[in-house]
Amino acid sequence: MEKQQFERPYIKKLQAGMPSKFGMKPKAEPITHIDDNSVADLIGEFGSPVYVISEKTIRETYKRAHHAFTTRYPKVQFAWSYKTNYLSAVCQVFHQEGSWAEVVSGFEYDKALGNGVKGSQIIFNGPDKTEKDLKKAIENDSLIHIDHFDEMYTILALSENSGKKPKVAIRINMDTGVYPIWDRFGFNYENGDAWDAVNRIMINDKMELIGLHAHIGTYMMSANSYKIAAGKMADLAHGIDKKYGISIKYIDLGGGFASKNTLKGAYYPGSDTAPSFEDYAEAISSGLLNSELDPRKLPTLILETGRALIDDAGYLLGSVIANKRLSSGHRATIVDVGINLLFTSFWYEHEVYPAAPVSDHLEETTIYGPLCMNIDVLRESIAFPLLKKGDHFVIKRIGAYNMTQWMQFITLRPNVVMIDLKGKPHIIREQEVMDNITQQEKLPEHLA
Amino acid sequence: MQIKKNIAVSETGFVFDPTSGESYSINKVGQEIMAMLKDEKTPQEIRTRMCEQYDIDQASFEKYYYDFTGMLRQFQLIEEDE
Repeated sequence: MEKQQFERPYIKKLQAGMPSKFGMKPKAEPITHIDDNSVADLIGEFGSPVYVISEKTIRETYKRAHHAFTTRYPKVQFAWSYKTNYLSAVCQVFHQEGSWAEVVSGFEYDKALGNGVKGSQIIFNGPDKTEKDLKKAIENDSLIHIDHFDEMYTILALSENSGKKPKVAIRINMDTGVYPIWDRFGFNYENGDAWDAVNRIMINDKMELIGLHAHIGTYMMSANSYKIAAGKMADLAHGIDKKYGISIKYIDLGGGFASKNTLKGAYYPGSDTAPSFEDYAEAISSGLLNSELDPRKLPTLILETGRALIDDAGYLLGSVIANKRLSSGHRATIVDVGINLLFTSFWYEHEVYPAAPVSDHLEETTIYGPLCMNIDVLRESIAFPLLKKGDHFVIKRIGAYNMTQWMQFITLRPNVVMIDLKGKPHIIREQEVMDNITQQEKLPEHLA
Repeated sequence: MQIKKNIAVSETGFVFDPTSGESYSINKVGQEIMAMLKDEKTPQEIRTRMCEQYDIDQASFEKYYYDFTGMLRQFQLIEEDE
């Protein structure tokens, strides 16, 4: 006789109260496959935990975003935000789709060059650009986004000795109705700093001011803020045209579009509340098109969207290490994915799904990672199915930031796999081995 | 250790404790264990029976069994042997 599948015994006290008015499903639907690959097979082949990236999802998401903007504004250019995920395979998918590169350090700049991106299609953002970085960017005709006056004068000094006129944009911060205002990047619009920066560039005549850039925030739940930002930048571009007779070639609205993840403390799930690409596109294009800008010479709209383009394509697969009860009787599950691999668990209530069909029973559970640290908590409380030791699970929407902000801490980082359009998995970053860590270390002679 | 005499367990997985007025839901495996506890089966008998019926080894079952009875104890649904 074939034995029945075992589910750990479970008893739950029934609480009288209001039923969920949002109609949340009382059952955890499993994620058994990712792009036709079974989760069990992926873990079997590549180990547990393992990051899995769907190339198909990246391309589909990019096309949706691109379509939303190009149907509303005539000139649109996406630039892939390297800091969101700079694994070369991921970058190349975006570059194949037509994205330029947006980088914020010399390291990222070199990575973009290594990925074959033309210098003139690299946008160089960030507050920390060394003289060496800037020199390289000037030589390569990259688009340098000036963050502060110290940087502006460094570029001015470098341009004296260079035969080239650096192509620059200024970074602008402003009040878009969202507080606190992100005023740490660039020059303020309202207090006149932005105009001051423009005037100094124009008077010096050593740089070519070709763009305006703003990064108004991150995980922006208000599409209207982008409309305000687009309007203010269009006004500035129009003012520059009037004052100096120069047409700004591009307006870069930065990134910050929300993904469908749910922020901690949010009442509604992110999947119900995050604006769509269409919402953002409508806000930005109407902000630009309803401005004083001459419709015959509209600037290109550049977007550095990272999170919203890659989050959905990333999955983190893992296994249950143990179940235990806390002193209160509350269930705790320990898994092999720690916060060192899931940095975004600090601000998201990540969705965690079983990898095989389970019963309808869910138990309020705290999910701990494997690190010997009290802060290693993936979910404080989640209605979680009755998984046993060794059972697999899938964490959804982890493509953004986790593969750049991850930490090598206590354990080594695992394989990262990309499933191609034909459903074939490829390792795109091998799991670390001891040598990766120890080869960087030096032992003083007296300790050897 | 046995289930208190006045605890009612329905066939659909509901447990009612008339002393406290509390209700509980249990899954199928939990229901079967409760039924055997009511029949005053020993932990060894329960383990043998469940391991024959389900795809689970004896050590793993024992772990889940004691976790489950710990919850029954916490909810005050069992009385200890004198």
